[in-house]
Amino acid sequence: METLKNIFNFYKEGFNNLSGVGKKLWLIIFIKLFVMFAILKIFFFQDFLSSKADTPQEKANYVIDKLTNF
Amino acid sequence: MGNIDFSLVDWSRAQFALTAMYHWIFVPLTLGLSFILAIMESIYVKTGNPEWKDTTKFWMTIFGINFAIGVATGIILEFEFGTNWSNYSWFVGDIFGAPLAIEGIMAFFMESTFIAVMFFGWNKVSKKFHLVSTWLVAIGSNLSALWILVANGWMQLPGGTKFNPDTARNEMIDFWSVLFSPVAINKFLHTVTSAYVLAAIVVIGISAYYLLKSKHSLFAKKSIVVAAVFGLISSLYLITTGDGSAKQVAKYQPMKLAVMEGLYEGSEGAPLQAIGVLVDAPTDKNPNQKEVKMNIALPGGLSFLSFGDFNAFVPGINDLLYGNSKYGIEPYQDKIAKGKLAIDALRNYRLAKKAGNEDEAKQHLAVLNANYKYFGYGFYSGRSEQELVPDVPLVFYAFHIMVGLGSYFVVFFILMLFLTMKNKIQDNRIILILAVLTLPLAFVAQQAGWIVAEVGRQPWVIQNLMPTIAAVSQISSTNVMITFGLFLLVFTALLIAELKIIFAQIKKGPEAHSGNN
Repeated sequence: METLKNIFNFYKEGFNNLSGVGKKLWLIIFIKLFVMFAILKIFFFQDFLSSKADTPQEKANYVIDKLTNF
Repeated sequence: MGNIDFSLVDWSRAQFALTAMYHWIFVPLTLGLSFILAIMESIYVKTGNPEWKDTTKFWMTIFGINFAIGVATGIILEFEFGTNWSNYSWFVGDIFGAPLAIEGIMAFFMESTFIAVMFFGWNKVSKKFHLVSTWLVAIGSNLSALWILVANGWMQLPGGTKFNPDTARNEMIDFWSVLFSPVAINKFLHTVTSAYVLAAIVVIGISAYYLLKSKHSLFAKKSIVVAAVFGLISSLYLITTGDGSAKQVAKYQPMKLAVMEGLYEGSEGAPLQAIGVLVDAPTDKNPNQKEVKMNIALPGGLSFLSFGDFNAFVPGINDLLYGNSKYGIEPYQDKIAKGKLAIDALRNYRLAKKAGNEDEAKQHLAVLNANYKYFGYGFYSGRSEQELVPDVPLVFYAFHIMVGLGSYFVVFFILMLFLTMKNKIQDNRIILILAVLTLPLAFVAQQAGWIVAEVGRQPWVIQNLMPTIAAVSQISSTNVMITFGLFLLVFTALLIAELKIIFAQIKKGPEAHSGNN
C-alpha cells in the first residue's frame, strides 16, 4: 500500500511541477488524441468490414467473394 | 477487373504513404536519441560531472518534445488498415495481431512507464535507478520498432503461416519463423541503425549551431564527441546491414533490386550504378524501358552486392517480366496464369463446400495449395504485366540518394570526431555550417530509404500474395481525398508545433536545464 502511495505521489508531484514546455506538450498530446479518437476514428475511420458483415464467418465470406470475383 | 477504381487505389496509397512518412519523421529521432541520452547519462553517473547531467537533461528535453509530438501518430495507420485496406487487414489479421499485441503490451508499456521516471525522477530516485530507467526507455522504444518491423518483414517475405480457405486468413503456424525471418531481422537492424545515424546528426547539427553562435561551447563539444562516436559506429554497421538487405532483396524481391538499379537487361557481372540519370529508351519488347545515362558504374558491383560474386547473373526487369529460360526465370504471364488458377480454385472450393461435395472441394483445395504462392499474380489476369513493375525513376533515385547520403555520413562523422578531438571544430565555420546543413539531409535519407523499401515492392502489399488493387476497400475515393487533406493539415500542424517548440528550447540552451526537473 505504501509503495502504491509513493508511486501515486511520484506521478502527482511530477505533473504538478511540469515546466512550461511540459504543459504545452501535454496539451498537444490531448488535442491530438481527441482529434484522432473523437473525430477521425468516429467520423472518418469506421471499420469497413463491420459495416458489411456482422460475424467473422460473414466477414470471411465477404472478403472471399471480393477476392474471387475480382 | 474492369471495375477497379484506380483513383481510389492511388489515393489510398497516397494517404498511407503520407501518414507513414510523417510518422517516420518523429520515430527515428526517438529511437536514436534515447540511446544517446542513455550514453550521456552513463557518463554522468560514471564521472559524477554535473556538466554531463545538464547535457543529458537538454537532450532529454529535445527527446521529450519529439516523443510527445510523434506519439500515437502511428495509430492512424491502424485506422487506415481497418477502413481503407479491409481486405488486406482480414487476409493478414492473425499475423499482424500477434506482433502488434506484443508491441502494445510489452514494449510500449515498458517505454511509457520508465519515461515517467526519466522525466520526473531526477533527485527523486537514485542515480543508478534513473540511469536504468533511461536505458529501459531506449530498449523499450527500440523493441516497439522490432515488432512493427517483424510485421512488415512478413509482408516482404511471407512465411511461417498457412492460408485457411474457410476463413480467408493467413494463420500463423510458426511464430518463431515469423519473428526470426531473415528479412525481418535485417530490416530491424538496418532501420534502427539508420535511426541512430539520424539522431547523431541531429545532435551534431544543433551543437554546431551553438558553436557557430559561440555559445555553450563545452556542452556542444561534449555532445559532438558522443554523437560522432555513436554515429560513426552506427553508420559503419548500417553499411553491413545495407549489404545484408541488398542480398535479401536480390534473393526474395528481384524486381525491387532491378528497379533500384534501373537494370532492364540482366547480365553476369552486372554493374553497380554509382550515379546516373534515367532516360526513356522504349523498345519493341518493353515500351516503358529506360536507360541509365551520364553514369559512373562499378563493373560487376551489382553482382557482388547481390550474391557476393562479381560474375553472378543479376536478372533485369525484362528478364523478370518476360522470363529467361537460360536462368530458369518464369515469365510473369505464367505466374499470372497460376495465380488465376489459385483464385478460381478458392472460388470453386467454396462452392463445392457449400454444395456439400467434399471430394470436389479437396481437389480444388489441392489446386489452390499448389498455386497459392502465385495467388496475388492472378489479380492481373487479362492485364499487362507492366502493372507489376514499380515506379522505376522514383525507386532508382531514392535508392541512390539513400546510398549517397549514407556514404557521406560516414565521412561526416569521421571529420566531426577528428576536428572535435583536435579541439579545432569551433574555429572551422565552414564545417560547422556543413554540420547544420547535414541535419535535414538525415531526414531526407530516412524518407528515401522508406521509398526504396515500400515503393520498391509495389504493387504488393504482401509479396506475391496480395496487390494493392485487391487489398483496398471499396469506399468512396472522395472520402479518402478528404481524409488525406485532413491528415496533411494535422501532421503539418504537429510538425510546425514540434519545430517551434524545439527551436525555442534550442534558443534557451542547455543552461536553462541546470538544476531543474
